Amino acid sequence: MKHPLEFEKPILELQRKLDELRKHPHAGSLGLTLEDEVSRIERKLAETRREVFSNLTAWQRVQLARHPRRPYTLDYLRDTFTDFQELHGDRLFADDRAMVGGFARLQGQPVMVIGTQKGRDTKENILRNFGSAHPEGYRKALRLMRLADKFGLPIITLIDTAGAYPGVGAEERHIAEAIAVNLREMTLLEVPIIAVVIGEGGSGGALGIGVADRVLILENAYYSVISPEGCAAILWKDRAAAQRAAEALRITATDLLELGLVDEIVPEPLGGAHSDPTTMAETLKVYLLRHLHETEAIEPSERLRLRYEKFRRIGQVAEAPGVLGPAPTA
Amino acid sequence: MSTTPFVRKPLAGDAAEPAVTPVVSPSETTLIRKPKLGTGRTRKKDIPEGLWTKCPKCSTLIYDKELDENLKVCLKCGHHFPAGARERINSLVETCSFEEMDAGMISVDVLKFTGVASYASKLASYWKTTGLKDAVVTGIGTIGTFRVALGVMDFGFLGGSMGSVVGEKLTRLIEAATNKELPLVIISTSGGARMYEGMFSLMQMAKTSAALAYHAKARLPYISVLTHPTTAGVMASYASLGDLIIAEPGAMIGFAGPRVIKDTTQAELPAGFQTAEFLRDHGLIDDIVPRLELKERLVCFIEFLLHHRGQPSQR
Repeated sequence: MKHPLEFEKPILELQRKLDELRKHPHAGSLGLTLEDEVSRIERKLAETRREVFSNLTAWQRVQLARHPRRPYTLDYLRDTFTDFQELHGDRLFADDRAMVGGFARLQGQPVMVIGTQKGRDTKENILRNFGSAHPEGYRKALRLMRLADKFGLPIITLIDTAGAYPGVGAEERHIAEAIAVNLREMTLLEVPIIAVVIGEGGSGGALGIGVADRVLILENAYYSVISPEGCAAILWKDRAAAQRAAEALRITATDLLELGLVDEIVPEPLGGAHSDPTTMAETLKVYLLRHLHETEAIEPSERLRLRYEKFRRIGQVAEAPGVLGPAPTA
Repeated sequence: MSTTPFVRKPLAGDAAEPAVTPVVSPSETTLIRKPKLGTGRTRKKDIPEGLWTKCPKCSTLIYDKELDENLKVCLKCGHHFPAGARERINSLVETCSFEEMDAGMISVDVLKFTGVASYASKLASYWKTTGLKDAVVTGIGTIGTFRVALGVMDFGFLGGSMGSVVGEKLTRLIEAATNKELPLVIISTSGGARMYEGMFSLMQMAKTSAALAYHAKARLPYISVLTHPTTAGVMASYASLGDLIIAEPGAMIGFAGPRVIKDTTQAELPAGFQTAEFLRDHGLIDDIVPRLELKERLVCFIEFLLHHRGQPSQR
């Protein structure tokens, strides 16, 4: 496999050995019993994989979330959904290729899917701006969400971005406003919204399509207020402290579930989403269908009330020195 | 409408205090200022500490009391110095009309964050040095004849960063405004979301914006005032959602920091990039309003925005 991560190497080494043994042309003729050896390595491989992947550090998960072979939005649109009909442009300025969207079917049911899109090679990454959208991306997303709202299609957003693009054009066309308006407007859309962090959940650029009735996160994805590197540069004055920052910020799926910031973790195949994209796409489908059915069953005004409450209750404050407690709901 | 903020009173120091403005006559100030590095030492000796402030823009020395009376705006060049939340509130609301909300609300170190220093120790030192509990003061006060829900941020508290307290106090303020049918004014200054509270901070963007959605739905006016600096998570949520968005002159306003943009794009930034004037010229804000005119402009705007409701609200 291309682009192995450091901690994947023992697994890949065993995999390589196994493949070699299986391919050995003279396995039988030499009178050696390779079968024992094969099953020994197979056991060792499964064991190593379990060992490595059950003890991932926050930083290792960040690396998995950024893995260049990890399935992206368009991969899920191909494997989890059918009939994707891509719709382009914000009707104002441009078509932002870092944000894709359009009609699709989820097990036959029509939905609107919107997601940030990274590129797999340099050429595609330039087209997709490395998955970092400009204001046009957020305005296209809102346009499509309003379209979905008007015609009663549930909205599914797939989040995988290091963040909104920090550039001159983005500022000139008011990226902050584009994100802010999405946060406000998504609060009031009457159709169900399900957001899934499939890779990187990079700050405001992720939240800009992340206000939803349900927020799910893939097992090795992360969702953070700032990149670990950015946090390290500010607080430790050293980008190399990113590993420590990743731990301190509590950005992994398990952390976020524990803190009540996401609703459910979508499990990845052992070895990460990129090791078995087909299984990953199937698993995501199962989770999406369940949450879609659950949220669709709720009466629209109640769904809006619950969506408001969901974000309303987030935050921990104290009312007097030394007294801890959750924010009372208004 | 037409106060003339920059010539309100003659600068006493100009004539009467030669020790303060040595050598240079007022008309020559701009020309001579730069090379005069040597004079700093003498000045320091002659001026009692904490009584005078040097304007970073025009180098004029201003008597602190006068600077305060002029709402921290340079009497000579109109440069806007940073102003604290309390000073701003005092300058806007009618005397004794401000009822503060959630004055005792403080942050919790929910992540047990330890970087170079722990979050808990940071908070403790800011409580002590600023006299503030967190980066925003909220409440309901009278501005002109209007009862207004007013939130004012303070950059002095951890860079005006938004964590759970800022998000919660503003959300309660917005909800109160919606329930009591009051116009809302938020004066922002912030470096963005507060890292020490991780994702709790990011989610305050969604929380405050959601509360604003219902305030807007009730057709109640919201005026967002941007002051130096307003960036990142605050700019990408409530600060950008005003029916009217106005800014103080010269304020730095943007989403990403200029250094990040420079590093990412590897290009020189345009002149005046991310200033209030730049935003106005790109059509992103309604107007630039000097601090000394803010109160009357707010009253004027609210009159227009509440016109559809009939008589000014006296609630």
